[in-house]
Amino acid sequence: MTDSSNDNLPNQEIDLKDPRLAAFLALLWPGLGHIYQHRYTKGLLFMVCILGLFAFGWNLGGQRVVYASWRDGDRRWHYFCQVWVGLPAWPAMLQALDKGLFSKEFMRQPSLTQSFTAKHDREHDQPTELDLWQLRHHSRYEMGTIFTMVAGLLNLLVIFDAAAGPVGSTRSDNGNLQRSLSDTSG
Amino acid sequence: MIDFILVADLTRLWYAIPLVVSVSLVYAATHHEKISVILRRAVRTAVWISGFMLIAFFVLYFIQNAVG
Repeated sequence: MTDSSNDNLPNQEIDLKDPRLAAFLALLWPGLGHIYQHRYTKGLLFMVCILGLFAFGWNLGGQRVVYASWRDGDRRWHYFCQVWVGLPAWPAMLQALDKGLFSKEFMRQPSLTQSFTAKHDREHDQPTELDLWQLRHHSRYEMGTIFTMVAGLLNLLVIFDAAAGPVGSTRSDNGNLQRSLSDTSG
Repeated sequence: MIDFILVADLTRLWYAIPLVVSVSLVYAATHHEKISVILRRAVRTAVWISGFMLIAFFVLYFIQNAVG
């Protein structure tokens, strides 16, 4: 998908090396696939943006927004977006399987049993631990969840970029990708 | 009173900055290879996103005032 206006302009060759390995590395750690391909600037950019956004969201939500759960009353579908960040989000899966590899607090599921306090005398009024997390952090809990989800979804684009090059690149005779230096398209 | 609430809500918009910056940079970088082009495109994308958010904000604010 190149612009006809770019036809007379020089192209930049991109060596994707082993695209499958690059995609796998990008899945493991944002930007790692690009560093393997010697596309250092983009690799660093992806690493800073995606991991920065993930860390910011995680802290915004009180470090409670990334966890894996598919229990009655807590279908954490958000994790299906967060998981694409790679290794930084994967401890949550091990915590859900209760493998005991991390500290008990790190990315753990909230307890769904109702906590009894003096303020709430009727059982159906008791907040669960998930309710308390959300109450404690207010809207920051939702924003943190969204930030970490967006970070995961952005890494999907990065994985695709590591595997197939930037959108709009074309393959040259020697098999390498070419991208117009003018980049007026897109 | 409404203006006070509006100003209080506006402070939350600061949280959108890292989101807009990251999305713009990553989106531009997955479409281009040269860093100068990436930065230029990212600025344009960020302006688009911010503009869209601003329009959505004023539409919702208008609806809230019209209904309320």
